[in-house]
Amino acid sequence: MSEPVRVIGWRVARKAMPQAKSNLARRHLAQKVAFALLWLAGLVAVAALLAVVGYVVAQGAQVINLDFLLTPPRGGLSGEGGISTTIVATLYLVLLTIVIATPLGVGAAVYLVEYAGEMRGRSGLIPRLVGLARFGVETLAGVPSIIFGLFGYALFVTTMNFGFSLLSAGLAGACLILPVIIRATEEALRAVPRSYREGSLALGTTQWQTIWGVVLPAALPGIITSIILSVGRVVSETAVFYVTLGGSYKMPTSLFSGGRTMALHVYYLAMETRAFDKAMGTGAILILSIILINAVINCLSRRLTARE
Amino acid sequence: MVSIFVVFLIGFFTLREGLPALREIGLDHLLTGRVWRPQRGEFGLLAMIAGSVLVTMGAMLLGVPLALGCAIFLAEVAPDSVRAIVRPAVELLAGIPSVVYGLFGMVVLVPLVRRVPVPGNTGYGLLSASIVLAVMILPTITNIAEDAIRAVPRDYKEGSLALGATHWQTIMGVTLPAARSGIVAAIILGVGRALGETMAMIMVIGNSILFPRPLNDNPLTVFLSQARTLTGNIAVEINYATGLHESALFATGVALFVLIMIVNSSAHLLMRGRAR
Repeated sequence: MSEPVRVIGWRVARKAMPQAKSNLARRHLAQKVAFALLWLAGLVAVAALLAVVGYVVAQGAQVINLDFLLTPPRGGLSGEGGISTTIVATLYLVLLTIVIATPLGVGAAVYLVEYAGEMRGRSGLIPRLVGLARFGVETLAGVPSIIFGLFGYALFVTTMNFGFSLLSAGLAGACLILPVIIRATEEALRAVPRSYREGSLALGTTQWQTIWGVVLPAALPGIITSIILSVGRVVSETAVFYVTLGGSYKMPTSLFSGGRTMALHVYYLAMETRAFDKAMGTGAILILSIILINAVINCLSRRLTARE
Repeated sequence: MVSIFVVFLIGFFTLREGLPALREIGLDHLLTGRVWRPQRGEFGLLAMIAGSVLVTMGAMLLGVPLALGCAIFLAEVAPDSVRAIVRPAVELLAGIPSVVYGLFGMVVLVPLVRRVPVPGNTGYGLLSASIVLAVMILPTITNIAEDAIRAVPRDYKEGSLALGATHWQTIMGVTLPAARSGIVAAIILGVGRALGETMAMIMVIGNSILFPRPLNDNPLTVFLSQARTLTGNIAVEINYATGLHESALFATGVALFVLIMIVNSSAHLLMRGRAR
């Protein structure tokens, strides 16, 4: 550790010291210019956000009214009608993915933290599998969503013959959000103090009772945050559902009926019917729901840190 | 166990569906063929690979300086009150659905790009896609790079400041070199994100199956050319493809999967190296 410091420090010293007095003004000027550019970078990021959000919401506001939210799309070249069925389809899909992914994700995280943790350093098959599982989560998080879609299409839509349906899309979507839930739950579990577990175990409970009665309740806020995070992910996801959900704008009636989420609706409106005004309206609703979800998450995590 | 199972399943199914194409067309032909005409049984992915690589390069050129500037700004320069505005803004940028970026690109950017007076310029193409993508990868790079910069020990900076270096000289000479591996990892993850983006790309890149090429003598006009990404190739055609064509799309998925795995693993290796 000290070697790089010395080398770097020496380098700076050699650059700075001899001419320190003579070029102090110039160095301060360089700093001013550089910091101005950094301020500009921050500014551009905020401006980009404001441009996208502001434009879409302002344009969208012109078509949004109660009618827009409550009537079903009627198709047609101008994208007539509202977006009611797409809202319903989005809600169904969110519910379905969460119901599928939460038990799996929380279970996997509990296993990785509570059980697999004890095996660190040991050799044998199971520790190696655990290492592999960790690698699996890391990989899964980086896989582009269209690959999840492709996979969902191959396995659920064709091989298992669920067709383009809520079920296929829900299963593929669940795979997409699994790493989100696993990672966040792992962190929440790790943050539970050891003393909680030891106190419970000292009272004579089994490890499972401790996990169920003490550790999970303590980690609950973190788990809930991860679920809300996944809701945002599903609401804004398009690629996966584009190849698994079919895209029918009719009201979904069962697990096996196809559908169209709001995000998909934006895509179809923009690409196929070129009804940009309606697309902007739907996009604005999407952005507003994402902002709402972000606010809830921020609120929750602030509460979490306040409690600690 | 579930997650490893899912990774395995994904690998297995994509590969299994892609195998017929790999066998019949041949990996070399698939990767180096310049023509993609499913109706005539020609499946060359080179044009899409070029599209993906070019658009990623464009996004990196535009996005990396901006994202790193943002990261340095947030970690070193911004007063707390400004930070409290910029940080949530960057987080929100990450949350905006990609279709909305695509929509914004179609309605606002494409008409702007169309004004560049070059014959054959439609506005749809690599430039518009690069701009959209640059904004989309900004949060990824900024977040990870900011963490890396914050992880540099205080002593380093204090040592440099004590030697009489200005704050800016300290950032350039000490902080950034010390955070280098984390910053590189951030950029690589940004590349992975860029390669994997689908819907926004379909909406603004034009989806031409032709090899992207300059529109006139100036080689830079290649960025005005329409193109198609690997991800877009899958999404646009999978819903109606059958037989060998479908299989070739899965082979596209395999190529993308392998590419992203390499990119992301190298980023994780770098980050782990830093943690040690």
